[in-house]
Amino acid sequence: MKVVVPVKRVVDYTQKIRVKSDGSGVELANIKMSMNPFDEIAIEEAIRLKENGTASEIIAVSIGPQQAQETIRTALAMGADRGILVQSDDIVEPLGVAKILKAITDEEGPTLVILGKQAIDDDSNQTGQMLAALLGWPQATFVSEVTPDGDKARVVREIDGGLQTIQINLPAIVTTDLRLNEPRYASLPNIMKAKKKPIDMKTPDDYGVDISPRVKIITTVAPKGREAGIMVESVAELVDKLKNEAGVI
Amino acid sequence: MTILVLAEHDNAELKDATARALTAAAAIGGDIHILVAGKGSKSVADQAAALDGAAKVLHCDNDLYAHGLAEPLALLITGLMANYDAVVAPATTSAKNTMPRVAALLDVMQVSDILSVESADTFTRPIYAGNAIQTVQATDAKKVITVRTTAFAAAGDGGSASIEDIAAAEDPGLSSFVGEELSKSDRPELTSAKIIVSGGRGVASGENFGKYIEPVADALGAAIGASRAAVDAGYMSNDYQVGQTGKVVAPELYIAVGISGAIQHLAGMKDSKVIVAINKDEEAPIFQIADYGLVADLFKAMPELAEELGKAS
Ligand SMILES: Cc1cc2nc3c(=O)[nH]c(=O)nc-3n(C[C@H](O)[C@H](O)[C@H](O)COP(=O)(O)OP(=O)(O)OC[C@H]3O[C@@H](n4cnc5c(N)ncnc54)[C@H](O)[C@@H]3O)c2cc1C
Repeated sequence: MKVVVPVKRVVDYTQKIRVKSDGSGVELANIKMSMNPFDEIAIEEAIRLKENGTASEIIAVSIGPQQAQETIRTALAMGADRGILVQSDDIVEPLGVAKILKAITDEEGPTLVILGKQAIDDDSNQTGQMLAALLGWPQATFVSEVTPDGDKARVVREIDGGLQTIQINLPAIVTTDLRLNEPRYASLPNIMKAKKKPIDMKTPDDYGVDISPRVKIITTVAPKGREAGIMVESVAELVDKLKNEAGVI
Repeated sequence: MTILVLAEHDNAELKDATARALTAAAAIGGDIHILVAGKGSKSVADQAAALDGAAKVLHCDNDLYAHGLAEPLALLITGLMANYDAVVAPATTSAKNTMPRVAALLDVMQVSDILSVESADTFTRPIYAGNAIQTVQATDAKKVITVRTTAFAAAGDGGSASIEDIAAAEDPGLSSFVGEELSKSDRPELTSAKIIVSGGRGVASGENFGKYIEPVADALGAAIGASRAAVDAGYMSNDYQVGQTGKVVAPELYIAVGISGAIQHLAGMKDSKVIVAINKDEEAPIFQIADYGLVADLFKAMPELAEELGKAS
């Protein structure tokens, strides 16, 4: 089976976020960018499916600026077979991304599309579910275990109350949660090999889908900070403060 | 404007998150109907009918909706949307699963996790783990919205809406429920608890959660939470994780024990009213946002705290 894995280039999770003072957005100049961590988990899962003989080919897709090629290269170095970059310098919303991914899915005919459950920049948690809707496919979101079995897959999902196991028909959409696996680091030889793997360069126009934004961003501001607190010297002092100063116990 | 609110429930109990989503819907303004889709969920419909501000409850009782599978539920909601201008749901894992599917079927861009309603089409929402707040205007004719429940008070329960039974939508036959493993606990639910005692990697084992975190939680009638590191290491199960990609909480009192204070953790608890940090490293970033910090070895401090609280009550 073919597996498509969309990967997004985002601000690295270790970076400190600074909001521009004019309200126009978050400062992205000179900041470290990486693959969205949930997408690394998605790539890792696809590679494991290939290693155990379930998957035959892994296609890493990114929708983003020219530099998102680096994100695809990371996926190729981890073990994906080829890449598709749909180049856009504008923000493409989850719905627009889902529409492009639907067109790619129609073209490639994968059995699984594995996505991260959310991107750690806009925290929307939408794209996988939207893609499933557009394709009319089942969706297994927030997944910590996937076991394909013939034309079905058994999936364990992380839900508010604990874990839920469902069975889905294939083809299907899967979105990853943190406990699905621990992504590997690309080895140096594999990084070198990845340079020779092909990346198809595309534009949203190639897929003929309307990706004009539906949600207008008006301003972006920093959150209200918390006022500085105090250090206490002992457990007894802490309990006293909580009772008599904060009044919370 | 007529707004549909998706009820969060387990077929027996209406979750507090619904009452909070209702408050957000009321801020948008208009007639509000609540959809209870479930199986054997009559008592949930009754509880929903009692929420202040609901004009009507739509109750769909069918096997298809017994476990909240996204594919059938999204079809049901989409079918109802001809009569509604907006659908609003609390940002629980079940609504996060279903609502984007609804949005795409309606060709609408969802606005996730709103923190406030500025006007009928303009909202604020957190991005970058809450390190920036965006004001956004949804230009689609219909709105699909999920609500950060900690940002809205719960609606009261002095109402008496009518309940209308509605027919199920078609069965898409794409997925089926196999089973579930739910954490059982007599403690308050994490997302609505007044006090939370959370443990991190510093607690060092699941057994230690029982030995050092639980007695303090017991003394305070608190819920227990955990950092991602504690969940990844298997000390606690996934449903205890607080943070950017876990649960968002805002209790009166949050006690972080052996948690360093990574931004991904802070994203889930920094709106708590009072934050206490207990950590042996005085440089730990958690102290920068704590109201009360105690530099101490948790294995000494927690038994003392349990004892001190026992005295205090
Ligand atoms: C995509 C992504 C999503 C994430 N989502 C989340 C999320 O939702 N929630 C979350 O929490 N994290 C999340 N993280 C992880 C986050 O970045 C941190 O790794 C995690 O929060 C660290 O957990 P911790 O504070 O328990 O562990 P550590 O950072 O290892 O801190 C342990 C702390 O315990 C203290 N300690 C050790 N021993 C003792 C002792 N005996 N007494 C007192 N103190 C002691 C140490 O001084 C240290 O400060 C996410 C990360 C990524 C990349």
